[in-house]
Amino acid sequence: MVSSSTPAGAHGDPTRRDFLMVASGAMGAVGAAATAWPFINNLNPAADTLALASVEVNVSSLQVGQAITVKWRGKPVFIRRRTADEVKAAAAVKTSELPDPQADSARVKKDKAEWLVLVGVCTHLGCVPMGNKSGDLKGNFGGWFCPCHGSHYDTSGRIRKGPAPKNLEVPPYQFVSDTLVRIG
Amino acid sequence: MASQHGTPPVFSNKLVAWIDHRLPIFSYIEKEYHTFPMPRNVNYFWNFGAIATILLVLMIATGVVLATNYTAHVDFAFQSVERIDRDVAQGWLIRDLHMNGASFFFIAVYIHMFRGLYYGSYKAPRELLWILGVVILLLLMATAFMGYVLPWGQMSFWGATVITNLFSAIPVVGPSIVEWLWGGFAVENPTLNRFFALHYLLPFVIVGVVALHVVALHQHGSNNPLGIDPKGPQDTVPFHPYLTMKDGFGVMVFLLVFCAFVFFAPDYLGHPDNYVKADPLVTPPHIVPEWYFLPFYAILRAVPDKLGGVIAMFAAIAVLFILPWLDTSRVKSCTFRPIYKWFVFVLLIDCVILGFCGANPAEGFWVPLSQVATAYYFFHFLILLPVLGKIERPLPLPHSIADAVLKKKAG
Ligand code: HEM
Ligand code: FES
Repeated sequence: MVSSSTPAGAHGDPTRRDFLMVASGAMGAVGAAATAWPFINNLNPAADTLALASVEVNVSSLQVGQAITVKWRGKPVFIRRRTADEVKAAAAVKTSELPDPQADSARVKKDKAEWLVLVGVCTHLGCVPMGNKSGDLKGNFGGWFCPCHGSHYDTSGRIRKGPAPKNLEVPPYQFVSDTLVRIG
Repeated sequence: MASQHGTPPVFSNKLVAWIDHRLPIFSYIEKEYHTFPMPRNVNYFWNFGAIATILLVLMIATGVVLATNYTAHVDFAFQSVERIDRDVAQGWLIRDLHMNGASFFFIAVYIHMFRGLYYGSYKAPRELLWILGVVILLLLMATAFMGYVLPWGQMSFWGATVITNLFSAIPVVGPSIVEWLWGGFAVENPTLNRFFALHYLLPFVIVGVVALHVVALHQHGSNNPLGIDPKGPQDTVPFHPYLTMKDGFGVMVFLLVFCAFVFFAPDYLGHPDNYVKADPLVTPPHIVPEWYFLPFYAILRAVPDKLGGVIAMFAAIAVLFILPWLDTSRVKSCTFRPIYKWFVFVLLIDCVILGFCGANPAEGFWVPLSQVATAYYFFHFLILLPVLGKIERPLPLPHSIADAVLKKKAG
């Protein structure tokens, strides 16, 4: 609207005024974005939420075949002490047959294959799968079953059937001692 | 605006005249709600706009009163709502009005929309009017969803978890968006807090969009069951007293049904699991959204792929935005569309079927049924509507509204 009525710069050549229009428009856009950013970023997790980093869990009372659920960063974490059969079943699967290929050995600590630690949140839409309590449904693959939309996980927490796209996440954790696990 | 009575009103009351000369609110009311010409043949389906407006006022009034006793904190929210129900004077009434008001708001809006669908009210020159309506629907859905989280029951919590997780389906940035929505790593106290802030805000945004909706409506006036434009004063009646009375009557009948629920079956439309306090470690075995989201929930689950399901669900509303351009028929009202008329009812039945699919677990025959119903939903809008408009032969339109109305009376 401005450039057509500008006296200088015949034949549509950009004029000084065109340049100033574009430059000030661009500055305005940068300013608007810079102003919007604090409002948007304000909604991100706060420093104290981020700082709720780790929990320590004593697992000495856990028998083979049992599992417990603990809370970490507001989410359930499953700790399962797997039976020898469950470990064997998890290791026997060909990874190429999995929707989200990963070997069981990559999901446990070295020499601690008995212990499986997982974020207990279905990778579909975030429900807590069943299978951690005795008597729970464990799904077609003996691990966990998410009742919300029917996802089946195996004894390594890997997705085998259903709408979930990924394996149950393994959180960062370490064995502080043989009976103490630190998650986070 | 399209008032046929050009002369500005003269107010006999001096104070009114003094104010109106400086701030023309009385002229505005006079023009838009008194002399405003309405087609003389509108039927009771034209009541639902007024009904929805009354419900919006009711929701804001009850909501503000609820907020005076409500505590938006994960440790206290559930108890504060229980206290409203048990201990606060008339708290049970205010809460039941608010809770059932949300359901009845959706009933009114859905009927209002099917009215538009059947009588072609979305067609030129009312495209923006229709689009603003779809915007109101989206805002209403967001408001109701966040409101349902506030009592912090099991369904509140797991509904919030599942719906916010929809955004994790977005490639690459999805998980960061979800944490941004939560303000944490799960649905937690920051989430509850911001949902309360937005739940308080959005209804007032709805008020604003409703105002634009009415401006767009009064630009060309209401559509009517014949779908033809009024040609002169013989085709119209003034808004007051004809429509104020008719709307008032309709509102009262609607509120009678509403009150039957509030007083005799306040929890009929709700879910008992929401009277169990939220437990982030235990998902109830069967989670369902409120009834008004069920068809969309069914569409989400009908697609076996996570991202695909989310896209289909949002597309189900997105098609409504382009509806005015999908319909190729030149005739507005289904009264004169002998074939399409039946397909509007088929679409209605399809939506009800989707609702039942959404209410039941995604197993057995519900899965293929929801897939067929989802396919049909999109078929209706994307294929049937454009094609049928071209091949259908509409019935002859009457010359004018007065003609048609008076002929019917005589014959
Ligand atoms: C478009 C209008 C509105 C709709 C559709 C709506 C919807 C809802 C819904 C579905 C609930 C859950 C009811 C339950 O299960 O207990 C709720 C709760 C609540 N709403 Fe609203 N609401 C609206 C406006 C407002 C406004 C304007 C306020 C004002 C602050 C408000 C304040 C509250 C409060 C404090 C609660 C929690 C108490 C309770 O659960 O009963 N609402 N809302
Ligand atoms: S959330 Fe687990 S299957 Fe959908």
